[in-house]
Amino acid sequence: MTTTDPSVAASTAGSSVPFVKSVVELDRVVIRLAGDSGDGMQLTGNRFTSETASFGNDLSTLPNFPAEIRAPTGTLPGVSSFQLHFADHDIMTPGDAPDVLVAMNPAALKANLSDLPGGGLLIVDSDEFTPRNLAKVGYASSPLEDHSLDGWQLVSVPLTSMTLDALADSGLGKKEAERSKNMFTLGLLSWMYHRPTEGTVRFLERQFRRKPEIAAANIAAFRAGYYYGETTEAFAVSYEIKPAPMAPGRYRNISGNQALALGVVAAGQRSGLPVFLGAYPITPASDILHELSRHKNFGVRTFQAEDEIAGIASAIGASFGGALGVTTTSGPGVSLKSEALGLAVMTELPLVVVDVQRGGPSTGLPTKTEQSDLLQAMFGRNGEAPVPVVAPRSPADCFDAALEAARIALTYRTPVMLLSDGYLANGAEPWQIPSIEELPDLRVEFASEPNSATPDGTPEFLPYLRDPETLARPWAIPGTSGMQHRIGGLEKADKTGNISYDPANHDLMTRLRQAKVDGIAATIPPTDVDDPDGDARVAVIGWGSTYGPIGAACRRIRRSGRSVAQIHLRHLNPFPADLGDVLRRYDRVICPEMNLGQLSMLLRAKYLVDVESHTQVRGLPFRSAELAAVVQDVIDSTSGAPLAADPTGGAE
Amino acid sequence: MTTVDLGMPAEGPIADAIARSLETQGAKQTQLKAKDLKTDQEVRWCPGCGDYVILNAVQSFLPSLGIAREDMVIVSGIGCSSRFPYYMNTYGMHSIHGRAPAIATGLAASRPDLSVWVVTGDGDALSIGGNHLIHTLRRNVNLTILLFNNRIYGLTKGQYSPTSEVGKVTKSTPMGSLDHPFNPVSLALGADATFVGRAMDSDRKGLTEVLRQAAEHQGTALVEIYQNCNIFNDGAFDLLKDSTTGVQWSIPLVHGQPLVFGPDGASCVVRDESGGLRIAETDQVDAGEIVVHDATRQDPSYAFALSRLSSQDLRYTPMGVFRSVRKPTYDRMMADQVEEARTSTPADLGALLAGGDTWTVDA
Repeated sequence: MTTTDPSVAASTAGSSVPFVKSVVELDRVVIRLAGDSGDGMQLTGNRFTSETASFGNDLSTLPNFPAEIRAPTGTLPGVSSFQLHFADHDIMTPGDAPDVLVAMNPAALKANLSDLPGGGLLIVDSDEFTPRNLAKVGYASSPLEDHSLDGWQLVSVPLTSMTLDALADSGLGKKEAERSKNMFTLGLLSWMYHRPTEGTVRFLERQFRRKPEIAAANIAAFRAGYYYGETTEAFAVSYEIKPAPMAPGRYRNISGNQALALGVVAAGQRSGLPVFLGAYPITPASDILHELSRHKNFGVRTFQAEDEIAGIASAIGASFGGALGVTTTSGPGVSLKSEALGLAVMTELPLVVVDVQRGGPSTGLPTKTEQSDLLQAMFGRNGEAPVPVVAPRSPADCFDAALEAARIALTYRTPVMLLSDGYLANGAEPWQIPSIEELPDLRVEFASEPNSATPDGTPEFLPYLRDPETLARPWAIPGTSGMQHRIGGLEKADKTGNISYDPANHDLMTRLRQAKVDGIAATIPPTDVDDPDGDARVAVIGWGSTYGPIGAACRRIRRSGRSVAQIHLRHLNPFPADLGDVLRRYDRVICPEMNLGQLSMLLRAKYLVDVESHTQVRGLPFRSAELAAVVQDVIDSTSGAPLAADPTGGAE
Repeated sequence: MTTVDLGMPAEGPIADAIARSLETQGAKQTQLKAKDLKTDQEVRWCPGCGDYVILNAVQSFLPSLGIAREDMVIVSGIGCSSRFPYYMNTYGMHSIHGRAPAIATGLAASRPDLSVWVVTGDGDALSIGGNHLIHTLRRNVNLTILLFNNRIYGLTKGQYSPTSEVGKVTKSTPMGSLDHPFNPVSLALGADATFVGRAMDSDRKGLTEVLRQAAEHQGTALVEIYQNCNIFNDGAFDLLKDSTTGVQWSIPLVHGQPLVFGPDGASCVVRDESGGLRIAETDQVDAGEIVVHDATRQDPSYAFALSRLSSQDLRYTPMGVFRSVRKPTYDRMMADQVEEARTSTPADLGALLAGGDTWTVDA
């Protein structure tokens, strides 16, 4: 089974004060921490996630924060939250609704209460429920006193004043000491859920190594919260969630943006090429730039460009010179990069374009998730400009998807669009750390000698003479003797790459570029179909980050005795070669997407299959219970006799 | 003869490919002639275009740098001048409108072993690509930008450009253009460019001298080349080309020499009361008052003041090198950071993937 690393084992032993209270074993919990943007909810959530990961639970997270860095304190627009789902078994989503809501102020309560099912545990910082704060969000009376919260298990705790008491001797001023209330809260939750604590202590020491008094105060607050849980009568019960059985191996916790950045570094190492990232800061993609800028020791060059266009243009320049050119952005940035992307299509240079999708159009919802750039990725350019599209399906999968995007770019000499999204970018999950040897071999050989001869026998280099199998053109880089050539955005003559306005040549080249991209299907695996019963008549097809919610919905449906197939696409362009045949096997095909039906439009157009679109654009991932209900209705209307609902009530 | 040392190529597959090509092609050929730089592509500018003269001058001059053809890359944007790479037997990219400096930045920053040139025009560099131009200049990436300024949009058949004089009557401005033009040299100096020069297409000697200094410069060098568009803006620079008026209105910039110009050196440049520069009559001032040209001043305000002497109609136009100062180059500093990171932390992919906190699940 599971062993924890020594530090964790030691910490579990360290908290060996015998529990006089009862311990209840749970198979899963969803906790949501909500507070003001300045309350450190994301940090608290991330720490709780790390503790949970190192304990060995399976987990999935959903950070949710406003685009404003600091909206006015205590107001609804300033509420930031972090939801964590952890379990003793394999789970696929951050949970539809929290079991526990921690609200650090009235605004956080007001913004999140409707998501907490009746009877759920509600922990609030009573110190923040002042008349002023209540008035800010329109509470006429304090919900802590007016019985409006009677439907929930309310635990009202003076988190702020207890933090101040704990730090009375720290020498910190009131304002500074108050900031540690998130660590007090984390300590309390760590006690409630038997989380190992050493990792957080180490983290705080590391984080504030230049400010030891701040480190000490945070650790003191963290411990005070833990001991408060142990001793107070307010919490009679603590909970145990056993580690989840996982495949043997070494694990870490990882977010999508981190995994994607590491995938890019790995692609550089496995190809032997220097990585060049040209990027302009944009939410929610900037963390990839931040992460890659820390890995210069791997030969990674990061260039913070003057704009989105310079980001991609510099990456194209670097690719021309033999680097693995990468540019990272979100939807608005892709719009700006479109013309340059067309240049990369025309010049047939390798390039990875990462689009961490967010709500649109225009500035849209910068910090919220959406899948609405699929058609932009497919078609958002002038002319016939096919670009392969790859999408990761979970935070950790961003690593493999980045390697796959690089493989296609390098093998086929083409720009590749990698479509992540805000939910994957900021969400986290355990990741089984791969061994280097099992990563794909991405080595490339640059052209270094003539590949043809003129009629008189003189050797010559033809920059657009294609590999018969992949249709890729040779990649000859400056500095290589005898291979000088000119490329550009004007139409190329077949083979020579010279400017050509010849009608037949343009027709040929347009078709060749398309055929090259279509041909990638030969190297991608068959469609991934999950139908454990093998007799499903209804299939649910998705792409990208809906994998978790769709998967969880399918599990619910199967537990109710129904059969359903889950089809999930990593490759959106080209599709797997067998996809049309696979879709035609089912009576009904449902396609849930966080857009208004972009994949279903592509599938219907390409395969003439009556794909039914189910869409939602709320800036949040699907709730699996809602998806399950939709799919269940389709199954029942297809098979006739309705069956009972899922008897477990929503376990994953 | 000047030779420019480009240093070593990057390691790994890039260096391997270069080494392989040398095995089959023999040693790098650095003793070139102008004809070695010509391609088999027919040059397709309008007959009489100033671009021909510039192309010839560049092809004649480049061999003197002692750089092999394969180590030179010419990146261009869109416009008449941007066809330039097709006619040069080097590596080249004819890219998209305005983006050449950004593309060249990515190339030069990742391959400091190359001699990277940007060929652009007044519309390409100053209008659609203005942002890239100023940022490239402030970063001081090691590349040379040749800005062909014909004060008109030629390829789109004759609209006014960001350097056209106010009141220019064109197809898009039948009642005359309203926008105040950019002075490209002033703009570049405003962006703190480390090298800024100006030359005339037809002046082979002057152009070659500015190109030589630009090529030797470490960092971004911007050379504005006045180029005649004989179709849409013919005679735009005749005032400076004419043997009589040219002497009268051009101010030759020679480092270390007093700024004296005009017939018989009748005019000169002196400091004005407010600290800027003004034109004076040589016989009306003391010899000591005449400004001695110094392109190496760190403070760009002197060079800027020089650039402001000229008017929109080109009277009092300084020609030559305005500014040439040393500053660390972006590509070098980037390479140094990579080197420093490599020295301090070995590249261990396994350790990177594992990160800080891990746990193990046993079989």
